[in-house]
Amino acid sequence: MYAYNDFDTDFIAARNAQFRAQVERRIDGSLTEDEFKPLRLMNGLYLQLHAYMLRVAIPYGTLDSAKMHKLADIADRWDKGYGHFTTRQNIQYNWPKLRDVPDMLDALAEVGMHAIQTSGNTIRNVTSDHFAGAAADEIADPRPIAELLRQWSTDHPEFQFLGRKFKIAVSGAENDRAVLRAHDLAVQIVRSETGEIGYRIFVGGGLGRTPMIGKVLSDFVPQADLLPYIEAVLSVYNLLGRRDNKYKARIKITVHENGLEDIRRRVEARFQTIKPSFAGADAALLKEIEQHFQPPAFLNAPTDGYAQAVQSDPVFRSWTDTNLSAHRHPDYAIVTVSIKAHGQTPGDATSAQMRVMADIARDFAHDELRISHEQNVILPHVHKSHLPEVHARLKAAGLGTANIGLISDIIACPGMDYCALATARSIPVAQQIATRFDELKLEHDIGHLQIKISGCINACGHHHVGHIGILGLDRAGVENYQITLGGDATETAAIGERAGPGFAYDEIVPAVERLVYAYLDLREGPAETFLATYRRLGAGPFRAALYPEEAEAHAA
Amino acid sequence: MARPFHPKVVTANHLLDGDVIYLDANEGWTRNLADAELFEDEKRAHDKLRLAARRLHEVAGVYLADAVRGKNGPEPIHFREEFRSIGPSNYPHGKREITENQA
Ligand code: SF4
Repeated sequence: MYAYNDFDTDFIAARNAQFRAQVERRIDGSLTEDEFKPLRLMNGLYLQLHAYMLRVAIPYGTLDSAKMHKLADIADRWDKGYGHFTTRQNIQYNWPKLRDVPDMLDALAEVGMHAIQTSGNTIRNVTSDHFAGAAADEIADPRPIAELLRQWSTDHPEFQFLGRKFKIAVSGAENDRAVLRAHDLAVQIVRSETGEIGYRIFVGGGLGRTPMIGKVLSDFVPQADLLPYIEAVLSVYNLLGRRDNKYKARIKITVHENGLEDIRRRVEARFQTIKPSFAGADAALLKEIEQHFQPPAFLNAPTDGYAQAVQSDPVFRSWTDTNLSAHRHPDYAIVTVSIKAHGQTPGDATSAQMRVMADIARDFAHDELRISHEQNVILPHVHKSHLPEVHARLKAAGLGTANIGLISDIIACPGMDYCALATARSIPVAQQIATRFDELKLEHDIGHLQIKISGCINACGHHHVGHIGILGLDRAGVENYQITLGGDATETAAIGERAGPGFAYDEIVPAVERLVYAYLDLREGPAETFLATYRRLGAGPFRAALYPEEAEAHAA
Repeated sequence: MARPFHPKVVTANHLLDGDVIYLDANEGWTRNLADAELFEDEKRAHDKLRLAARRLHEVAGVYLADAVRGKNGPEPIHFREEFRSIGPSNYPHGKREITENQA
């Protein structure tokens, strides 16, 4: 885990002191809201529907127990005892008071965290594969690159006033768990035919109003060129990106309007200009950062207890079936802790739950935790002999839900329960779907199925890349939910297709139910997932299930 | 033809805690929509909005929201204003906390 050096610490302290003074000047009336707003947004403070919201960055989703404990303490002391983990690996506090925010930021700084650039037209929190450093299929740990990008992008003078926000993701595996192709820019660590490590660069992906799958800008950028290459991309975007129309300002539109070839040429030219100025400082810094991400000292111990527990405890077995992933060390497993018990708000964890996870990480997981963009918490390194104990502790804290990758493992943005930009609610829709399929006792039978819900076109809930996507809209003053089908967030990324007319708030859960029953009828067997069935058959039979009256009218 | 004017309330977020507040008939701020002053005259609504917006050390984000006269006072028209007036649906927090404590 990266530890702040004096430079980082001083920078954050200075920035927090500045913001404290700005808050004071806002409260005494010497700053207007218009003057204060850009200042608070630079520090992650939003004004939402019912209260302020503080968005704290969790760089590349990585935490240790001290950081997680601090997040819990902040939730108790200055918020309402919980936090909301987001699809951008941030945590949001929904109820901070303006006067308390400087203290919250100081508390974060104590554990090397901040809320800088979690808003505004800047380079946002750099996200990463939540299995980074642990996954069996990984070429290299992507987090040193992500940390390098965090340091480079934080307060980078050239990129504080981009045309629009800019999101970067980094991954080290061919299997994409970081939704690389939905980012403005993404870095995938790859190996060339000769075994040399380098980077594949994606550009121009993004969801929102105009969803687009990222395109490969370069198939192989050598290690030494990465930072100047990325800076070249940002430079080109900063000049070329549109500033006349907010809806056309993201780099996906720049790429779309100018063409990938043109962008590539410009990036190449810019790269040649700036490359000499880097003079190897970036490589030296990366070397230093890599020291912070050494693999843990893996235990050399028997794993027998694990197999026994799987045999004897069906609840444990069910959890291991859904919530474990392959670790690169054969005696280890990656545990995904579901913070989506049926009926709960997706992505919310209470302070007590945060502490339980922090303590488990400290005692059994080499003191590491990750937040996934799917709004769950990962214990990346758990020795298999410890799994029964880890599960027992999680279960006791309401964290033992065995639903990872299943229909109740829903991504949902805050929607109109919190978000000022929302056009409809998303949380209650997620709660009802999860509760309904739990009642039906169907979710294990249904298997892998990702539902993703956004409360407006901005698509923070990634609905475009959900197998079933749900978008909440305001249609003539009434909540209305549009369904998209066949989206995919992985290396085979696809934007879902709109199924047809939207559904009213009380119609959306039954509509999803019809879809799922149709899938169960149509699939060739339990091994054929919803997405595979959809790809085989196309939208037709699913539309028929969604709109039975229309299907009947056609038949008549 | 002039477009029809819907009655309005002046609403904002409280500067210190962000809670949804409304201007009442005594030029004070209330957290309860039913206690807000309803403006049925367009010019008066805009005048009040302008004055309220000057109280920048008390509130943020002042605007006019459509409302109708109800049995106990103004009621929201749009669902967004309804959610603003009652708090989030997933927890007894914010306005829900206040109502439950009072109940
Ligand atoms: S998708 Fe829309 S409603 Fe949901 S969090 Fe993002 S901006 Fe808010």
